[in-house]
Amino acid sequence: MAFLFFSIIVLITLLITYWASKRTSTTADFYVAGKSISGWQNGIAIAGDYMSAASFLGIAGIIALNGFDGFMYSVGWLVAYLVVLIIVAEPLRNTGQYTLADMLAYRMSRKPVRAVAALSTITISTFYMIAQLVGAGGIIKLLLGLDYELSIIIIGVLMIFYVVFGGMLATTWVQIIKAVLLMAGTVILSFLVLSKFNFSMVEMFNQVSERYGQSFLEPGKLYKNPLDNISLGLALLAGTAGLPHILIRFYTVPTAREARKSVVWAMLIIGAFYIMTTFLGFGASLLVGQDKIMLADKSGNMSAPLLAEALGGPYFLAFISAVAFATILAVVAGLVISAAGAFAHDFYANVLRNGKATESEQIKVARYGSVGVGIISIILALLCKNQNVAFLVALAFAVAASANLPVIIFSLFWKRFNTYGAVAGMLTGLLSSIILVIISPNVMEASAIFPLKNPALLSVPLGFIGAILGTLLSKNTTSEESYTELYVRANTGIGMKD
Amino acid sequence: MEPRQSYQWAQIARSSEFIKLMKKRKKFQIFSAIFFVLYYFALPVLAGYTDLLNKSVFGSINGIYLFALSQFFMAWILAFIYVRHANQLDQTIEQIKKDLSKEGLS
Repeated sequence: MAFLFFSIIVLITLLITYWASKRTSTTADFYVAGKSISGWQNGIAIAGDYMSAASFLGIAGIIALNGFDGFMYSVGWLVAYLVVLIIVAEPLRNTGQYTLADMLAYRMSRKPVRAVAALSTITISTFYMIAQLVGAGGIIKLLLGLDYELSIIIIGVLMIFYVVFGGMLATTWVQIIKAVLLMAGTVILSFLVLSKFNFSMVEMFNQVSERYGQSFLEPGKLYKNPLDNISLGLALLAGTAGLPHILIRFYTVPTAREARKSVVWAMLIIGAFYIMTTFLGFGASLLVGQDKIMLADKSGNMSAPLLAEALGGPYFLAFISAVAFATILAVVAGLVISAAGAFAHDFYANVLRNGKATESEQIKVARYGSVGVGIISIILALLCKNQNVAFLVALAFAVAASANLPVIIFSLFWKRFNTYGAVAGMLTGLLSSIILVIISPNVMEASAIFPLKNPALLSVPLGFIGAILGTLLSKNTTSEESYTELYVRANTGIGMKD
Repeated sequence: MEPRQSYQWAQIARSSEFIKLMKKRKKFQIFSAIFFVLYYFALPVLAGYTDLLNKSVFGSINGIYLFALSQFFMAWILAFIYVRHANQLDQTIEQIKKDLSKEGLS
């Protein structure tokens, strides 16, 4: 049964890819769907790009097994969009073509800034993708009984296919379909859960308290050290606005106004989803039971599928499994296209070729780049079998928060900021995040030198300090003119090439 | 596609309309950022270092759950307020663009 649903999803997405391939001929088509996506479509696609299988399966599991702390974990994922909405989305849309580096290039010398920005983008996307693929291999094995290796290769090949042939247009529609399926599945599950408690949240919470004790509804089960939670919150808050696969979505809409609208749509969907994780998580802990959840998978990833089975039988289980599968596909496709954009547009076209590459050369390189990024990620994911790579998501957010956000903020608001500052900020943020994770409990376990699982609490300030020192210790190379140009463009959208 | 225009960026930046726009925009950005950062980090701090909000409010639903839940509504409400604010600023931007084409600065 699950196979049937999986096949339907694969078939539909391939049809979309075929349809999109006929509409993808220029670089603007390939990277940003010709800037033709409307605000609400883009909002749904952002939600589809963002809500990963780790959210859908992972957070439900964390709540089912850890109670309140799991729900607290989900809060930051929405609040982070306020940074995106109020500070980042519109200026970026007003000043960029395809990538973050476009904005920086207004004020700074192109080559070093683009090279470092491409490095940071590709690092973030690759970490994120390995975490998604490794998780996906495990999940599909649980759901369908397919081999780990086979699952990863199927997902990897599909994601490369969507991106190479359908570009951003296909990726967008895969993300939209996924978001709709995911919301439908979550709403139905939540409704069924609540119906077991006479549609009373109080009744549900009372039963949770009765079975697992009131302390299960209080903080402290997951985060023994509150600083861990604060650091994670900072990574989410500052990192979401620096995630390349989210940023690239703002270039797919025609105007800053549509970009604004799309964030609001995304926030409505993402917020509703994370609120409903309460019902999924507590529902699973009561209607499936922690013992059974742990038996299926120690980390709790099977909570939502098992809940679906308990409430709706094998058909509903198959449907929810298919939703999880679509979720994985949509997220990894978004990651591939943002990494390929950074490689082909920033690194190849502007650094190697000095901006002289022709349209058809660029598209070709973007397609080769997608295949390359895809294959490397597949290989890395195969090598990471049986490794716990969940921390790679935290690392991706930390790099985005520490390397990208300081530079975005300074280039928009600080006149003196220059190329040295941007390069120093990005490199400090990138390296400090990676080094701090290597010496953290994620990797070194009990002998960790750095105590926090997420490095953001230290690496974000380091990213800012790197950017400040790089700027102040170098000669003042800022040309007043270029800052003024960026400042006016970012805040008004005047001069945007339509 | 029209040919790429060159604009007198410094002149636009000095215009009173633009200065007014930036004053309003920055004020909103700074105040809202301070507000949501404090509101958000209050959650892990209160949850991690105190048990002030562990008292039950409705049956077993306690204060800390309600505070966590309130974060979602805070984000939605602030987003709504921002959109209203930004829509007003859009009118100022339109005015700046209109002035530009009148003066023929292109």
